[in-house]
Amino acid sequence: MSKKESDLVQKVETTGYEWDGIKELNNPLPRWWLYVFYSTIIFAVCYAIYYPSIPLIKGYTEGFSGYSSREELEHEMAEVQSSHATILELIKTMDVSDIQSDPKLARFATAGGASNFKVYCSQCHGSGAQGGVGYPNLSDDDWLWGGSIKQIETTIRHGIRYEADEDTRFSEMPAFGRDQILSKEQIIAVANYVSSLSGLEHEDSLIDLGAMVFAENCSGCHGDDGQGINEVGAPNLADTLWLYDNSKKAIISQIINPQHGVMPAWDDRLGDIIVKELALYVHGLGGGE
Amino acid sequence: MSILDKHHRLETNATLLLILSFLVISIGGIVEIVPLFYLQNTIERVEGMRPYSPLELKGRAIYQREGCYVCHSQMIRPFRDEVERYGHYSLAAESMYDHPFQWGSKRTGPDLARIGGRYSNKWHVQHLTDPRSVVPESIMPSYKFLAKNKLYISDITSHLKANQLLGVPYNQEMMEKAFADVQSQADPNADTTELLERYPRAKTGDFDGNPTRLTEMDALIAYLQMLGTLVDFSTLEQGQNISLE
Repeated sequence: MSKKESDLVQKVETTGYEWDGIKELNNPLPRWWLYVFYSTIIFAVCYAIYYPSIPLIKGYTEGFSGYSSREELEHEMAEVQSSHATILELIKTMDVSDIQSDPKLARFATAGGASNFKVYCSQCHGSGAQGGVGYPNLSDDDWLWGGSIKQIETTIRHGIRYEADEDTRFSEMPAFGRDQILSKEQIIAVANYVSSLSGLEHEDSLIDLGAMVFAENCSGCHGDDGQGINEVGAPNLADTLWLYDNSKKAIISQIINPQHGVMPAWDDRLGDIIVKELALYVHGLGGGE
Repeated sequence: MSILDKHHRLETNATLLLILSFLVISIGGIVEIVPLFYLQNTIERVEGMRPYSPLELKGRAIYQREGCYVCHSQMIRPFRDEVERYGHYSLAAESMYDHPFQWGSKRTGPDLARIGGRYSNKWHVQHLTDPRSVVPESIMPSYKFLAKNKLYISDITSHLKANQLLGVPYNQEMMEKAFADVQSQADPNADTTELLERYPRAKTGDFDGNPTRLTEMDALIAYLQMLGTLVDFSTLEQGQNISLE
């Protein structure tokens, strides 16, 4: 360690250390920097007193504010709830069809349904409710399980083929090919008949056999004319709207080993009010009966 | 200034500097980390948490292997916008059997903490195979190969054992039946009564649309369909989980 000495030009003392001939001036810290530093220390102390901070043996200091992010959330949610309390209470107690006939309520509920649809439903049914292969279009008037406001509400509430819900809508088409209920010829014939119902390309020679197979095996669920039956969720086969593909190959594969869509039940997750709002929104998309 | 003057002894003595630095950092650790191990309100006691079923554990390993956590968090924060979109905020107890936890730090995709039961298995298969076929604006890559990869299950008992070492309460029965459980959970024809007793609320049946093969897709979907569904929040009293007791 060398001696402290004064710099002749700047009149500042050196630190007194010397490394390989390099000496360091002992300039004080800039005042502004020092005061900012002190104020951060003061801020930290105040913060620790005001907010929960220091862990103890059986808990922690709760601070003067007693702040808790969970309580803050609870207050915020309660505030939102109370600002719409009357209207939400009405939605809760009223039947969906009654809500629909009250224009003010219906408008409020439909708006709520629209925003919830984007969060929970659009992933399958599309952001415009236009559906996709295997996911029904909700803006047309072709309904698998019924398009009345009550039927839509039940579908949303309990889902379709959703095992965790006891009241879920359930039906399954038999695997006519896989389980060897129908022969290969019969399947091809009935697929031809189904194609003919909606005016798709088909072979006339197979229609008679196909119609017979259809009457014996399919009409129970799909109806005598293939118009579908909502109670069992059997699609209308006589219109031009298809849940899956309408090619001959796809129809045959559906008869051999049918695919069945699953929709979750939303009652537990979303609660009564949102289920009703969604029903109103979906019903109002244009296809509601 | 006398203490400050002695600082040069510290600066010139590496061993002393090391010892004193260690001391200072230890104080920080003791104050900030140690209380988390004994304070009861660190992990709230909730009903329903159980160790992962063997198939879910395998699915979780695939989730980690594919780096899902890089884009998806599993942590719903107690904010109104998050709670309204994803559901009840996450509790510490919900990741108590996670080694390591999957909270994540970035949401390129949505949070997955409560994805379970929100979509059908078929949707998951389609979405993992071709994400844009169901969510047009998605930038998620395709994980089509998971449906082709046979699930490697012969090491499942060691997986459970490793978790057991870390404190996950797998019992003897769970260990012995692990190899059978991992297969029967995804088998639509298997008797899963016992499996459901060991792992309540587990989803069973075929997941990937191909009941004859046990694939990585089966395991991943079994895991996703369980996420966030174990704790029954309807039994949680308001405010119960924020109390200090």
